[in-house]
Amino acid sequence: MTSGPPVEVRGLTKQYGDITAVDGVDLTVEAGDVFGYLGPNGAGKTTSMRMMLGLIRPTAGEVKLFGKDPQESISALTGVAGFVEAPRFYPYLDAKTNLELLAALDGDGANGRIPEVLDIVELTDRAKDKVGGYSHGMRQRLGIAASLLRKPKLLMLDEPATGLDPAGMRDMRLLIKRLASEGITVLLSSHLLAEVEDVCDRVAIIRKGKIAYQGQLSQLRKEAGLSYSLRTTDDTAARKVLDSFTAVTDVAASDDGTLRFHPADESAVAQLSGQLTAAGAMIIELAPRSATLEELFFELTEGES
Amino acid sequence: MKSPSTFTVYRWELRKLRAQKRTYLGIGAAILVPMAFTIAVALRPGEPRDVPFGRYIHQTGLAIPLVMLLFGSIWFFPLITALVAGDIVANEDQNGTMKTILTRSVERTQVFFGKVLAAFTYAFIAVVISAGFALVAGLFVSGYNPLTSLSGQVVSANEGLSLVGASVAVYMIPILAIASIALMLSTVTRNSAAAVVGTLMFSLILQLVVIIPGLGGLKPYLLSTQFNAWQGLLRTPIDWDPIIRAAWVSSAYAIPALLIALVVFLRRDVTGG
Repeated sequence: MTSGPPVEVRGLTKQYGDITAVDGVDLTVEAGDVFGYLGPNGAGKTTSMRMMLGLIRPTAGEVKLFGKDPQESISALTGVAGFVEAPRFYPYLDAKTNLELLAALDGDGANGRIPEVLDIVELTDRAKDKVGGYSHGMRQRLGIAASLLRKPKLLMLDEPATGLDPAGMRDMRLLIKRLASEGITVLLSSHLLAEVEDVCDRVAIIRKGKIAYQGQLSQLRKEAGLSYSLRTTDDTAARKVLDSFTAVTDVAASDDGTLRFHPADESAVAQLSGQLTAAGAMIIELAPRSATLEELFFELTEGES
Repeated sequence: MKSPSTFTVYRWELRKLRAQKRTYLGIGAAILVPMAFTIAVALRPGEPRDVPFGRYIHQTGLAIPLVMLLFGSIWFFPLITALVAGDIVANEDQNGTMKTILTRSVERTQVFFGKVLAAFTYAFIAVVISAGFALVAGLFVSGYNPLTSLSGQVVSANEGLSLVGASVAVYMIPILAIASIALMLSTVTRNSAAAVVGTLMFSLILQLVVIIPGLGGLKPYLLSTQFNAWQGLLRTPIDWDPIIRAAWVSSAYAIPALLIALVVFLRRDVTGG
């Protein structure tokens, strides 16, 4: 395998007529990452991933997988596996035959790994059933099995938990964690934030075809700033204090009357508590809270361009 | 790492064909139509005297597959051929499996040529089965008797049998061109029904072209005309001209069709599935 990070994308662009589906995306997935590729539906995740797998020709920019361009040769996919959107199989063949076909197209002794991968995704008992009769969740699992046939060093999974029930989603997360613990680099796209928050250590957030954020998940939380929640005996007076106090920003009230704000620093919180007391708004609760990924996500993906 | 060969793709394309109903629909038709034709011949007292070998169908069973080749060229064999060749690429689009096979370890060219070979193999098998059943049924109805060639010479039954076999082989030349056109339509339209119907319409339109006033001169260069090239084998001496013409005229249809299909297949964005 040639040198280079598992995924290196530079200036990746795809245009369909006047529509720019992916707009100058730069992305680097390092070895060992469990990398979340986040974005709302239609943001350009799947189109990006199709380009990464060589299924779509970029209008501009380039993709390198372990240093090789999938547009130039299929050998760039050596050690790479995964699926985009729902994994698809021949419905008129059983699962084992589908895997035998794919193993034949993989070479490299993939055929001998079929029992093992069926066992990993717990489909051994249904291996002789035609895939046409499989549930959505079973097909997702078969998609993972088909990927594992290639002994991947990089696994690219596009919305693997979509359409699964809660138990199926949990099992999928556990499976991805297990594969990552075995040293497989994972690029996982999702619009399901909980899925990424629980599994990934690094993320990129794509919005309208452009990368809005890329980095450590923990750093993202830090960059978004620490917010505080406030409950007092006099919400109206407290709100007046917050609105007039220049050391806090982003003041908002929730339905239960709790106020939220971003302080400039910890000393601003101390000053604020004094001002609240002076204004007759006795503090019931003044607590720091980490922003949830969901809040950050909405902030990054729903703001104006 | 040992990469899979184009033969591996071809072998699996045949395996997929064996698992699909439309394959058996075509093969079933390839068996039933000559049987029905032979039964009709046996039950009707007259014979189709206006087509070559028509007048001999009650004299020797060897004439039956030859008449079958003539009638089959209008739509029957193009349809059977297009049934698989028109589906073999589009089927991947409709199943959403194009992305599945193109993210393994085979190049797009290998996938394409594996499919071309499989479509050609199916067309060959279907025509041979159809001619074979027409021959067996013909021998049962009219017997294994000498055959009168188009030059009026009587050839022995054994020699006649060899000529029937050779005729089927020559018949494959335009059939493979039809398969190539169906494959192109399958690749370009990504729709099986459109490719099958399109191929059939193309085949029928070519046969109508010659009746348009002023276009009769095109007849030697139409693909439909090449379906009669095998008749050169049944003249004494053998007339190779129509066979040679069938080879290059059919190539002139097949090669551009395959090139277009290949370029489209290599350059296409796989967005479905």
